[in-house]
Amino acid sequence: MAEEPIPTSKARLFDIRRVIGGIFVVYGLIVGLAGLFDSPEEIQKAAGVRINLWTGLAMLVLGGFFLLWQRLRPLRAAPSNDHPEF
Amino acid sequence: METVAQTTGLRLNLNALDYTLLALYFVTVLGIGFAVRRAISTSADFFLSGRALPAWVTGLAFVSANLGAIEILGMAANGAQYGMMTLHYYWIGAVPAMVFLGIVMMPFYYGSKVHSVPEYLRRRFNAPAHLFNAVSFAVAQVLIAGVNLYALALVMRALAGWPLWVSIVVAAAFVLVYITLGGLSSAIYNEVLQFFVILAGLIPITVVGLIKVGGPAGLLDEVRQSPLGEAGLHTWIGTGSSHNPLGAHWLGIVFGLGFVLSFGYWTTNFAEVQRALSAKNMTAARLTPIIGAYPKLIIPAVTVIPGLIALVTVKGLGAKTGDLQYNNAIPLLMRDLLPNGVLGVAVTGLMASFMAGMAANISGFNTVFTYDIWRAYIRRDRDDAHYLRVGRIITIVGIAIGIGTAFIAAGFSNIMNYLQALFAVFNAPLFATFIIGMFWRRMTPWAGFIGLLTGTLTAVSTYILYQAGVLHFGSDLDQSFWGAGIAFVTVAIVAVIVTLFTTPKPVSELRGLVYGVDKIDLTADMEKADRAWYRSPVVLGGGALALAAAFYLPFL
Repeated sequence: MAEEPIPTSKARLFDIRRVIGGIFVVYGLIVGLAGLFDSPEEIQKAAGVRINLWTGLAMLVLGGFFLLWQRLRPLRAAPSNDHPEF
Repeated sequence: METVAQTTGLRLNLNALDYTLLALYFVTVLGIGFAVRRAISTSADFFLSGRALPAWVTGLAFVSANLGAIEILGMAANGAQYGMMTLHYYWIGAVPAMVFLGIVMMPFYYGSKVHSVPEYLRRRFNAPAHLFNAVSFAVAQVLIAGVNLYALALVMRALAGWPLWVSIVVAAAFVLVYITLGGLSSAIYNEVLQFFVILAGLIPITVVGLIKVGGPAGLLDEVRQSPLGEAGLHTWIGTGSSHNPLGAHWLGIVFGLGFVLSFGYWTTNFAEVQRALSAKNMTAARLTPIIGAYPKLIIPAVTVIPGLIALVTVKGLGAKTGDLQYNNAIPLLMRDLLPNGVLGVAVTGLMASFMAGMAANISGFNTVFTYDIWRAYIRRDRDDAHYLRVGRIITIVGIAIGIGTAFIAAGFSNIMNYLQALFAVFNAPLFATFIIGMFWRRMTPWAGFIGLLTGTLTAVSTYILYQAGVLHFGSDLDQSFWGAGIAFVTVAIVAVIVTLFTTPKPVSELRGLVYGVDKIDLTADMEKADRAWYRSPVVLGGGALALAAAFYLPFL
């Protein structure tokens, strides 16, 4: 298989952490916002839990974690033999 | 309100919010597919994620490739039908096999540089063994694709309220578009992304469900009063005979499920093994299934537990036909517990996992058909464009057959039982051939082929005789455990007998393929970080096994 190094910009575009982070931040915002305006029937349906709000917050945190991780430890295009963590 | 819910059955009432979440996901997936195809030229694209991403990604892709219809609908169905005994599928039926694959078998796969599981058979044994395995793998893939398609159609029927056959055809069309657009290149992305989305849908179901039944203690109480009773809360007690919910003796569980079925599935399934084969070095390849074992340990919390919740909250669950079959445990809970918003996330997770599962089956089917059957035996030495065309045509053919096999899957009230029956037929004889061939260097090429053939025929006849009422087992699952065990023993006996009368391969042709012939160097391509004790496959694998044993303690 082709072994030529992948250009950094492309490698970063396809960093899975950015994709997961992005979609979870958007999901978290949408679901969390919906949770703020849940009707009493909807809360009742979920056994009295504001499940939209909580799930939204949790997804926001997970998405933020992936984006932060990607920012703090960006992907190196051509993996060398001496970087301990990715 | 009650009557409306009953007449509309499983219909989930999605609104614009849910459809937005669903659309966002598929736009993202297709967007990645287009971007990958445009930005990166030819062969590097598929292997990009394998080379640039760490072991946690390949490990999650490994477990995610299995997190389709089997896990979500099937394990919840089993949770409702058999109770805690379903945990055997995880803690004895998956984790030990994943650890074994990483520690013992991966050196042979990765070290011999084969590209597929059938190719290993060709090099270890001969062309007939290769062809037979390629054909049976192709057949198994379209049958399993049918299960995924059926499960996907169940969700679509719940969404739109269409009849099952319309749902199946529409779902198939969707997968066709998905494969042609997204392609293999985005397979690993989808798997990892889907892993998190499916959890984001399953965790709220579990949390809300548990609160509704009064917490874990409340759930246990209610299960005791359910038809399952106290037996539904135990895993090993009561397996001295087959008078337990699973109808299985501990011997069948340990040997049939824990050894033959599960080792057969996890160690010889091309779709699984391939993820580890594309890892960057030997250590990463060995760690891939072991890292996957850790999430596997705790996934039953969001599959088996919801199954039990469905058992005690959905009245009439367990019907032979209609909306109240065990298969619908999770969709029923989604209908009953989730408000719009989280409901959309859960539906997205389910659809994503079935589509990724079916896409994996179909691409596995067309890869093996094109390269291991068409190019190897039917039309050799054509140009690349020819095989590309064959691949495209066979993709459409595969999906068309998948529509047919989806209707076979629809005939089983519990799709997990159907899948286990398939695995007993296709994987158990293959695993026996592998494990004997890997550790017994004298086993001859013809012993490999004839053993595989007779083992498969034995497994098929056991199944047919059980269906015809000639043979009797405790339950459908018990049948698949024993069917797998019998197939395994058949292969072993036939392999020994045939070996006595045929000539083995010269040792020089078995280098790197068989245990004890040439030592495989496990450390040559190690990176500095791989030498850390916590990256040792043996340490991590041992940890997973210890956790699996410890998790059993509250549910003995």
